[in-house]
Amino acid sequence: MTTVRISDDALARACGADALAQAFAVAGCTVERVSSWGMHWLEPLVEVDGLGFGPATAADVPGILAGLSDKAIGRIGEHRFLARQQRLTFARAGRTRPLSLGDYAATHGWEGLARARAIGPQAIIAEVIASGLRGRGGAGFPAGIKLRTVAEAQAPRKFVVCNADEGDSGTFADRMLMEGDPFALIEGMAIAAHAVGAEAGYVYVRSEYPHAVAKMRAACTLAAPRIAPLHIEVRVGAGAYVCGEETSLLNSLEGKRGEVRAKPPLPALAGLFGCPTVVNNVLTLAALPHILSEGGAAHYAGLGHGRSRGTMPIQLAGNIRHGGLFEVPFGITLDELVNTIGGGTASGRAVKAVQVGGPLGAYIPPSRFDLPFDYEAYAAADALIGHGGVVVFDERVDMARMARFAMEFCAAESCGKCTPCRIGSTRGVELLDRIATGAAPDALAALPQMRNAPRGLRGRADDIALLEELCETMQYGSLCALGGFTPFPVLSALRHWPQDFG
Amino acid sequence: MDDSARLAEIIAAHAGEEGALLPILHDVRAAFGCIARAAQADIAQALNLSRAEVHGVIGFYHDFTETPDPRPLVELCRAEACQARGVEALVAAAERAAGARVRIGKVWCLGLCSVGPNARIGDDVHARLDEARLVALVAGA
Ligand SMILES: Cc1cc2nc3c(=O)[nH]c(=O)nc-3n(C[C@H](O)[C@H](O)[C@H](O)COP(=O)(O)O)c2cc1C
Ligand code: SF4
Ligand code: FES
Repeated sequence: MTTVRISDDALARACGADALAQAFAVAGCTVERVSSWGMHWLEPLVEVDGLGFGPATAADVPGILAGLSDKAIGRIGEHRFLARQQRLTFARAGRTRPLSLGDYAATHGWEGLARARAIGPQAIIAEVIASGLRGRGGAGFPAGIKLRTVAEAQAPRKFVVCNADEGDSGTFADRMLMEGDPFALIEGMAIAAHAVGAEAGYVYVRSEYPHAVAKMRAACTLAAPRIAPLHIEVRVGAGAYVCGEETSLLNSLEGKRGEVRAKPPLPALAGLFGCPTVVNNVLTLAALPHILSEGGAAHYAGLGHGRSRGTMPIQLAGNIRHGGLFEVPFGITLDELVNTIGGGTASGRAVKAVQVGGPLGAYIPPSRFDLPFDYEAYAAADALIGHGGVVVFDERVDMARMARFAMEFCAAESCGKCTPCRIGSTRGVELLDRIATGAAPDALAALPQMRNAPRGLRGRADDIALLEELCETMQYGSLCALGGFTPFPVLSALRHWPQDFG
Repeated sequence: MDDSARLAEIIAAHAGEEGALLPILHDVRAAFGCIARAAQADIAQALNLSRAEVHGVIGFYHDFTETPDPRPLVELCRAEACQARGVEALVAAAERAAGARVRIGKVWCLGLCSVGPNARIGDDVHARLDEARLVALVAGA
């Protein structure tokens, strides 16, 4: 009997994988549901004896079984998209059944944890520091230093919290890891917990990811004996983007409004329920099993660019021909990512802009596509790599509209704690509307109580100056990066595409 | 089982849990479609919170509401990557197809950003939508 492998990841299912699996079952095949290879334009992708076919529908079943389908892509493992990658965090993608403990153990699963337990907390922390691993949630803080801070804190209770809120548009690596290799995240959390002396862990997953929630819950139950005495619980968010910010997330876990907390105190010293807490992104924690394997830290530190060590699971999204998950050492350029690997736009039109790092990330024009993927290089270019999402737009995009969307998003998602973000974002939307429609007398500015507002008509140049001033206020006057970084997309759009603004 | 017994059962299931409010609110929403004022009072009592605190939490999160909306819900992703793949051009047709019978909601990202435009109905996700497929989804919702 023929065995076919089809992913059960949410993306494959959204593209019709369940109906396809059913059709193969009806045709008498054994269907194994595996994780996704991350070649999204080919989903649902069918694997038969190492050969791939995609994107497949039920109509392709007879052809695939006869070996003469026009959906054939050859040996999956040798595909160009995969050959250029170096998968460490996603080493199992496409290769294992997500909830199979047997598959996990057969692919070096639990080896990092076993070695971590053998070498002990101090040596674990030394290896994580030596690996150069930095937080993959956006801020890029050294993971080993955070572990050390929590380990050295004296407290009766400590926690490990996994930030799986993944709210950035254009990102899906956390989701793919939780759905495709949940034990890797659990193993990473167990290593972190062992390093700091925590007995409880939480995974905070956004409510937009019901499949990831189900997989993680099932995996936690299956892995419970492996990680004892550590107990991990999965908690679900409630549709607030700001709850990805670590202190807002902790408030949400405590059952409160997801308002951002002022720092200090650092969560590492006073986090969940006031106890020392490790808060790390899914990808940060899932990198730990490899780093703790024999020689893993040195291997990780040997890859990368500048102070950005190791690999980054980059997510190619938006209007791109070959979208998906692309894990490579830091240093790769946007030109290579978008034009060579991604194959340009899906629409076949010219690329106009790329937004890297989610809704708070800058828009980058093709003239800057030589930028190497690296935390410092992006910061120097007034941009950020964030969680590694790359969203491509073709020539039809109106950058003033995207700038307006950035302000609108900030207004909708602001936690409300500070004024520049809560009110500034709404003023930003109004200003961008004025710029788009041309100067009309401003009804608000004409009110008698608006004593400082200039009287006469405001022109485009005045409105743009005001927008820049507003962005500066948000940038320097906001408590967290929601208000503080929203100026990145707005100002980058204005700087590189001024012709789109009025 | 009547509603108040069901609510009591939900609250009891989370007894002793730390930070139980959000898990309780999720379960109540799943059972009743919303978190009504009366339920808020019971939850507040059980968790030793003020009603204002519970109300404040419900008001903060997009997922929670105080009043039910019995219409089927189709949530369309309107975030950047789906905009780049043309979702905005589909909105008018979806709303026409929805009429008063279906609610077209807005979400920001479903994590399927390479295959948009995308929509969610309950726990089912749908990708690569064009106008015809989206209208069919709305009609079948
Ligand atoms: C508005 C906002 C949203 C954020 N969303 C996320 C998120 O979805 N996932 C995440 O891991 N970090 C997010 N962060 C970053 C976290 O605050 C924090 O830096 C991170 O969880 C630390 O883990 P790391 O060191 O492993 O990156 C967000 C920050 C801000 C300001
Ligand atoms: S910047 Fe916005 S989201 Fe961040 S703390 Fe201030 S109001 Fe809240
Ligand atoms: S932006 Fe629509 S799914 Fe991510």
